Amino acid sequence: MRLRINGQLMEASALTVAELLRELGIEPRAVAVEVNLSIVPKKDYQVFRLKEGDTVEIVSFVGGG
Amino acid sequence: MELSEEQIHRYSRHIILREVGGKGQKKLLSAKVLIVGAGGLGCPVGYYLAAAGVGTLGIVDDDVVELSNLQRQIAHNTQRLGMSKAESAKQTFEALNPDVQVLPIKTRLSKDNVLELFRDYDIIVDGSDNFPTRYLVNDACVFLRKPLVSGAILRFEGQVSTILPYDGHCYRCLFESPPPPGLVPSCQEAGVLGVLPGVVGGLQATEVLKLILGQGQVLRNTLLIYNALNVSFRKVRVPRNPQCPICGEAPSITELMDYEQGYCQMG
Repeated sequence: MRLRINGQLMEASALTVAELLRELGIEPRAVAVEVNLSIVPKKDYQVFRLKEGDTVEIVSFVGGG
Repeated sequence: MELSEEQIHRYSRHIILREVGGKGQKKLLSAKVLIVGAGGLGCPVGYYLAAAGVGTLGIVDDDVVELSNLQRQIAHNTQRLGMSKAESAKQTFEALNPDVQVLPIKTRLSKDNVLELFRDYDIIVDGSDNFPTRYLVNDACVFLRKPLVSGAILRFEGQVSTILPYDGHCYRCLFESPPPPGLVPSCQEAGVLGVLPGVVGGLQATEVLKLILGQGQVLRNTLLIYNALNVSFRKVRVPRNPQCPICGEAPSITELMDYEQGYCQMG
């Protein structure tokens, strides 16, 4: 399925947010995920289903100053 | 307050800007901004706000200047090793501009002092380098409904956002709670390009000036992500989150809390 991830069109086989993060090799506890402008709560990563054309933003925690 | 002849000269490049003018310059001179952390971000933010004539700058930092800070923390210098960072910043900024009163606050923020410290300021700037402080600063600003210009850096990446509590997103709308200690490295552990805080701090200072002047658009409901390696600026829209634990529809956080330290040192 085609997703727009961080502004780039990408082909992904993942069906859920958790699977997408696994596919991209991203540690789920180190990011926040927004799908179509709504934040996906961490507890929903396993069940939140992605669909064709979704816009996904994956934002890393950055805490340095 | 009337501008003196010397002030008209000092701020002439501001005053000729239609968006600033004498009126805007007076607003800057009477503004009070509190900067959390006199480190990589706090140094350029304070430097530019002092140069711009922001009249009162509070600087919170309980750390002292170390040699490894000087690769990026430009308000300090080699002669000041061991000096309080808040004090060092005061000396640098007041030398640049005697119009500015810098109040060094040599303490660590906690749930017991943060509201009192923030109360008298118009705008808070977060340049801290640990998650417990970031969450405390966000929560205090939400409770006080105070504008917060948040910045963060690591390696080659920076993030900037302007939080106008209840009128836009807050830090917890995006990042509900801190990552587990040790998962996200600090600058000390992972490094940071020395100039990166200059770019990010410059953006934060710009946000502060626009807020004071009431000009342009700020990064409300927006997180700006800068990548120094590929020179990209990405704006991520972050609308208010109805499920936000502090500013959402049914907030679960109703008082301040101190998270365990265990990430890295301030500054």
